[in-house]
Order: sequence, then structure tokens, then C-alpha cells
Amino acid sequence: MTATSVLAAEHLDRLFQALARREYTCVGPTVRDGAIVYDRIEGAADLPRGFTDTQAPGEYRLERRDDDACFAYVVGPHSWKKYLFPPERRLWRLRRSDGSIERVDADEPPPRYAFIGVRACEIAALLIQDRVFTGGPHSDTYYGRAREDAFVVAVSCTESAPTCFCSSMGTGPAVTGDCDLALTELVGEQHVFLVEAHSPAGRELVDELDLQPAATEQEHAARAAVGAAAQQERALDPEGLPELMGKSLESPRWDEIAERCLACANCTLVCPTCFCSDVEDISDLTGEHAERWRRWDSCFNPGFSYLHGGDVRRATAAKYRQWLTHKLGTWVEQFDTSGCVGCGRCITWCPVGIDITAEVPKLAKGEAS
Amino acid sequence: MSDKPKLAVWKFASCDGCQLSLLDCEDELLTVAGEVELAMFLEASSARVEGPYDLSLVEGSITTPHDAERIRAVREQSRALVTIGACATAGGIQALRNFQDVEEFTRAVYAHPEYIRTLARSTPIADHVKVDFELRGCPIDKGQLLEVLSAFLHRRKPRIPTFSVCVECKRRGIVCVTVARGEPCLGPVTHAGCGAICPAFDRGCYGCFGPAASTNTPSLADHWKKHLGVPDDELGRAFLSFNAWAPDFRAEGERHG
Repeated sequence: MTATSVLAAEHLDRLFQALARREYTCVGPTVRDGAIVYDRIEGAADLPRGFTDTQAPGEYRLERRDDDACFAYVVGPHSWKKYLFPPERRLWRLRRSDGSIERVDADEPPPRYAFIGVRACEIAALLIQDRVFTGGPHSDTYYGRAREDAFVVAVSCTESAPTCFCSSMGTGPAVTGDCDLALTELVGEQHVFLVEAHSPAGRELVDELDLQPAATEQEHAARAAVGAAAQQERALDPEGLPELMGKSLESPRWDEIAERCLACANCTLVCPTCFCSDVEDISDLTGEHAERWRRWDSCFNPGFSYLHGGDVRRATAAKYRQWLTHKLGTWVEQFDTSGCVGCGRCITWCPVGIDITAEVPKLAKGEAS
Repeated sequence: MSDKPKLAVWKFASCDGCQLSLLDCEDELLTVAGEVELAMFLEASSARVEGPYDLSLVEGSITTPHDAERIRAVREQSRALVTIGACATAGGIQALRNFQDVEEFTRAVYAHPEYIRTLARSTPIADHVKVDFELRGCPIDKGQLLEVLSAFLHRRKPRIPTFSVCVECKRRGIVCVTVARGEPCLGPVTHAGCGAICPAFDRGCYGCFGPAASTNTPSLADHWKKHLGVPDDELGRAFLSFNAWAPDFRAEGERHG
């Protein structure tokens, strides 16, 4: 049993100071351009204090709260994958000299990140990407190093958006481990964070903060708040999804979805588990320098399924089918886990509001009829 | 006599903005001049070197009978021909004439309309001659222009993605202006290349790079109408601008015109 201690909200900066002493680069939630995004943060003042979000299919709004809560929002357009699997990364540079070709750069180590405010569904996503990038025989060294060095400060959700369905996917809203520290924020008469350490590094940091143990009532209040967040409008039954996907390959529903789908790739790019990338080689005007870049790609992009002679999947219906049947079906075969954590980003950030929790039951019904 | 590849830049009906992107290269301009012979580039120099040319960059659309002849002569003198910008690749903003009666305009504007020799339609270069590569944009992006020049110099394929502007927004971490603020944005159906400039400055994409490889304009228009409250005439105008004559945008614009 992990002991729970209490950190008063006015002392939250002590946590940031302790992380700074350990030379971590803190990244976490902050308000920018009408949303709560993940970016560099220096202290508690950078957190979205007093803000929340409202979400619906194809719609996100930043709202003011009538309290000072720092983590009373859900998840925004960004996910932690942007730090571990950067959207664009130069893999190497080459220079031609005296008839030979030499590499002119060295591998730069990734920053030592402290991720602040990681949600339970996002921990599930990190564990999935761990398998994708480091689980096989050919490990992604950048991802591996960044992930190994990262200090994860998780936060249990005390709010749910209507687009959340982590309860049904078994990934949240309570943080139960796989992090260094887990916080639960309580607002009311006292604004405090209940702190649990889940790793030796976390315990060492908690010891340094010299915190008081939590009172039983505080622990009850925290459980109640997280329990309330578990009541969610949307759900997806993970049971039998791979079989359903396998049986639905010829379903007419894909064409119906394709009438709405823009094939714009937003769902895959906001998804915290989607991992596809493209590798591009470029040369400059002189032909003396070349670079190789890795960039986020998507199964919705033209050229993604290019084989000799053209794209294998040209129709939007085929692209959407590929995405969903992989995410919910063949992902299990490939990585022994579903590719969906129920965060709802693909629902909120779809510019036309396509909702996978509405589409999957239609596929199931189509099968029955 | 230089043994460097000969580059020619040609202007048809256009504003010159795209060819100015080449002069705008500034830091890279000397390198360009070092790698190619600027044989024909009237914006930069009045000197003209006779053809044939290894690479012709063609700006502008075809709007007169004379230009329809001239582009064939350009093609005959060019080993490779690359069109640059919305005018050359889709007919440009001047293709708005294609939806109206040009003769009526000439009568209204000119004292002697009988002197005006113009075509009923403004059309892209590819409607007249074979084009080796089309570079989109109004104006084009100078980084993309340098990439196309590098690719042609080294006989490789240009790295010019045809996916949506959304991919550029998401790679840059820009918050979606449609989802987070209800701002109409053509990004999901528009060809990437600008680096998502407009959403980065907090406004919707207005489609100046034309349709992406895959577009579902009816679905986007339907969403604008039902969820963002965009009236029909505004919807029509959104699609009928710099790339009005690009088939996908034209069809959607006409549905709301």
C-alpha cells in the first residue's frame, strides 16, 4: 500500500523546484491559443489554474472555472508522444568531401523530461507506445532514452469530458501506477494535492518535500472525486472488438463513414498511440549536403500505402477501415493490447466530429442484420 | 558559354508574386545563381540567353489567344517545365471570369472593347501543354521552390507532400481553429505546403494551395453550414477564390453559388 501525503496548493512550486534541482525539463499543461496544450512550464503559475475545457464531437472550448483548480480539465489536442516521438526529427546529416561521404552530426541525447499532469489514459498510451517503439528486436533508441529518463507526475482525473470513455476501456480515470508520482487535486475549503509515490525516484522526491500524511477524510474525498469522473456518457466495449473488426471488413458502414470523413489525418495525429512516420531524404542545391528526416505520417495520407504503381488504399472508406481495424483489431495481434485508450481525442479533434464510439456499435449492428 | 543548367522564368497572366519568391530566396539566391545559369528571368535581368532551356518555371494562367500560342513555344524550348502558383496550376483568381460573361466585362471597362483580345476562360498551363511538375500556392512557398529546383538539378523526385494542411498544423502543434474556436478553415481539404501559416496566426486556411490529393468538400461544407452557421453564399465564396477553377473547389463552389 502506497502512503498518501498532502501537498498544499500554495506549495506546488516546491515540486517544480525539486524537479529543477534534478535537472529535469518540465513540460506540462498550459493555456495557449484557446486550448490547454503541453509545452515547457517553469512552475505552478504556468498551469491552467482556474481553467477547464468542454468537449463534444468536433468541438473544444476553453472555459473559466469559479475556483483555482490546476488540473480540472481533461485532455487537449496534444499528447506526450510529441516529446518521445517528435513530429519532426532529423536523423542524420551527410556531407560529400573528396569523393567520399561523411556524417557530420552526432546523436544528440533527448532532454530529460519531467511530464507534469499525465492522465491515466495517457499512462496507458505510454505503455502501448513502449511496446511499439521498444518492445521488439529493433528498439527506437531516441524514444527509449527519452522514456527511460522521463519523470512522470501523473494526475487522477476528477472531471470527465463527454468525449471520454476511459472507464469502459479500463484505462482510467484513476492513476494506479506506472508513474513516479500520482496526484489527486482537491478543491474546496482546502486546495490540496494528495501525493502518492509509485517509484523509488518518486519516493525520494516526496521525502525531500517533507509532506504530512493525508487524513482519512481527504483520501475519501479524493476517491469520491475520481469516482465521479468515472461516470461517463460514452463507452466502447473492448470485449470482442478484434473479432468484430475482422468480421466487418466488407461492411457497407465504411462507405457511410467515408461520406463524412475528410481523410485529413487529424484523428491519427492527435491519437496518443498512433505511431506512423515517414522518412524523407533531402539534398540541397549544391548536392554536397544531404539530410534524413523522420516526420509524423498517417494512414490517411496520400502515398502512405504506396506500392509499385500506386496507392493500395485510395478510397477514404479503405483508409478509415485500415485505421479503425488496426486500432481496435489487428493491434491486439501485433502488440497484445488494444490501440485505443478511450481518451476521446479523435472524437473531439475530428473537424466533422466523427465518433468512434458511435461507429463501432453501427458496425456491430450491421453484422447482426 | 556556361555548362550549368539553363533556367528560364516565364510570366503569363499573373501578379509576379510567385517569380518574386525566387528573388525572395535572399540567402540561397547566390547558391541558385552558382548552380544554374539564369538564362531568362526578366524580373532579375533584362539579359536574355537563347533557348533551349533545361528548366522553365512558368507563372500565370492562359487568358489570351496570344498566350495560348506563346506557352507552346515555351514548351518546345524546355527540357522540363514546372508551373508555379495558383494561376499556372489552376487558373488563378482571374478564373472567376470563367463563371461570368467576359465580353460584358470588356464592354463595361474599356472605351474600345473591340481592341481587347481575350479568352472566355482563364485556364491552367496543363490545359495547354505537358507539365512536368506543378508547384502550388498563392504565392508559392520559397522553401518548396528551392526543393523543386534542387530535385530537378539532381534528377530526383521533389519532396512536395500532397496531404492536407491539417498535417502541417498538427506537426507544429497548432491548436485547430475550427474545433477550438468554431472558425471556418479550409485546411482539411487544402494541399499542404505553406506550413499552416494562417492557422498559426489564428485564422482559418483560405485554400490558396488548392485542393489536397484527397478532398471531401461536401462533408466539410455540410459541417460549416450545420455546425458553424456559415451561410450558403459565404460557403460558395470560400471555395471560389484563388483556386476557383481547380475541379474539386469549383464543384463545391458551384453547389453553393
